[in-house]
Amino acid sequence: MAENEIDEHSGIETTGHSWDGIKELNNPLPRWWVITWYICIVFSIIYMILMPAWPGIHSYTKGLRNHSERANVAAAMADLEAGRNVTLKKLLVVRSVGDIEQDPDLLQLSMAAGASLFGDNCATCHGSGGQGFSGYPNLIDDDWLWGGTFAAIQQTLQHGVRADDPEARIGVMLAYGRDGMLPREQVSDLVEYVTSLSGGEADAQAIARATPVFAQTCASCHGADGKGNQTLGAPNLTDGIWLYGGERQNIHETLQNGRGGVMPAWTTRLSDEQIVALAVYVHSLGGGE
Amino acid sequence: MLDKHAIFEKHGWLLSIAILVTVSIGGIIEIAPLFYLESTIEKVEGMRPYSPLELAGRNVYVREGCYLCHSQQIRPLRDEVERYGHYSLAAESMYDHPFQWGSKRTGPDLARVGGKYSDAWHLQHLIDPRSVVPESVMPPYGFLERNTIDLDRLALDLKANRAVGVPYTDEMIEKAASDASTQTDPFSADYDAFLARYPKAQIRDFDGNEGAITEMDALIAYLQVLGTMVDFEKYQPEENYR
Repeated sequence: MAENEIDEHSGIETTGHSWDGIKELNNPLPRWWVITWYICIVFSIIYMILMPAWPGIHSYTKGLRNHSERANVAAAMADLEAGRNVTLKKLLVVRSVGDIEQDPDLLQLSMAAGASLFGDNCATCHGSGGQGFSGYPNLIDDDWLWGGTFAAIQQTLQHGVRADDPEARIGVMLAYGRDGMLPREQVSDLVEYVTSLSGGEADAQAIARATPVFAQTCASCHGADGKGNQTLGAPNLTDGIWLYGGERQNIHETLQNGRGGVMPAWTTRLSDEQIVALAVYVHSLGGGE
Repeated sequence: MLDKHAIFEKHGWLLSIAILVTVSIGGIIEIAPLFYLESTIEKVEGMRPYSPLELAGRNVYVREGCYLCHSQQIRPLRDEVERYGHYSLAAESMYDHPFQWGSKRTGPDLARVGGKYSDAWHLQHLIDPRSVVPESVMPPYGFLERNTIDLDRLALDLKANRAVGVPYTDEMIEKAASDASTQTDPFSADYDAFLARYPKAQIRDFDGNEGAITEMDALIAYLQVLGTMVDFEKYQPEENYR
């Protein structure tokens, strides 16, 4: 390499490049930059030795630390489970609300766990306070479709309603109008009859015409007095609490097209003790029996 | 040696080739092995290609840009596994072209949303999200109910997916249109044959409108299958630690 010229103003060596008489100084890289660069190289070599790094033919180098995110999360979950074994798992002995009321610690535990589980899994349909939406039952009143005892709530949570589960609760409000099981006039009369059951003003003649129809068609599920049947999930029609709305048009739509809301079965997603915690929580929301 | 760089500085094409070689080293080492390493995709039971209706729903999902607000990857972190379920496996996206992992969670992760809510809930939520989740910022997608699926195009979708490696059979492609109808009709004569082609597929009228097969049917069918295919009872996590 030829001796390069020293710039006479700065005293720094030039690169020897010259464009139209303008010469380039050969300033070295800043020392901090060079040092940082070397540190990075050293770090990367250490990292390659310790952590999974290089691909091979069938596998890859695992590194001395044998690091695995999946193993880490499995260990973290096992830790969590171990903690629950001494806390949440105690809930598995709960068979009734009486059991839990004896034990303030257990009650507090299941309420805390239940509240967080409810927020994640239930609030999307039943509302953040359990108030429900049209088509999704209100859980804070004392009107229950399938029963409001601890055991009934637990079973609904486990197996769902009309869900993809062999033990799911099944009950169907048929589409009497749409499927031609009742003529239009009778559907209209029944709307009046059902409106009157909860004290609404209705056409007396229509009620008279609908009385035998109700007894023959509706009473098998909703009861002769319209008070419902929890083993079939048939709602009480006399209490003025409506899942799909109590206006004439809502009742008409129910009779015309039927109803069949679905609640998923939760055994596939939640553990037994989580379901107990949720059942305790839902039972406590206001209307538990 | 050090002054040889003058060669690169004086020949643009040589510099271009050298840049290309240098940059591709990263890709060759980090990306290429994933295509041949046996450990990339876990061995699982239950994964099957999407049914034609689910695939149509997936196309709606991609078209509407759902991935911009919803991820489909549960990371191996304790809080995510606690909330969403088992962390996502590579195998679970092996028939996704392109994958829908996403990188933004304005809404919740959807990797295991299948079965979590009822069809009626999905329908109402897609039509008017705030009617069931008051604090939601999701836009409404009620128009999906009015768009019917072009059944004749489904076979082409299946073919395109087969071209990139999804194992659709000739029979599946031939029956694509009728399979989409079958999936929305529990009384179809083809029920069992359809289930043999797409094991454990859910068969019902997803949008409550029996007259037509709509994009709403397709999207709900897709959402209801997300994260439900792999049989985790038979999955061996220890053999697949990464």
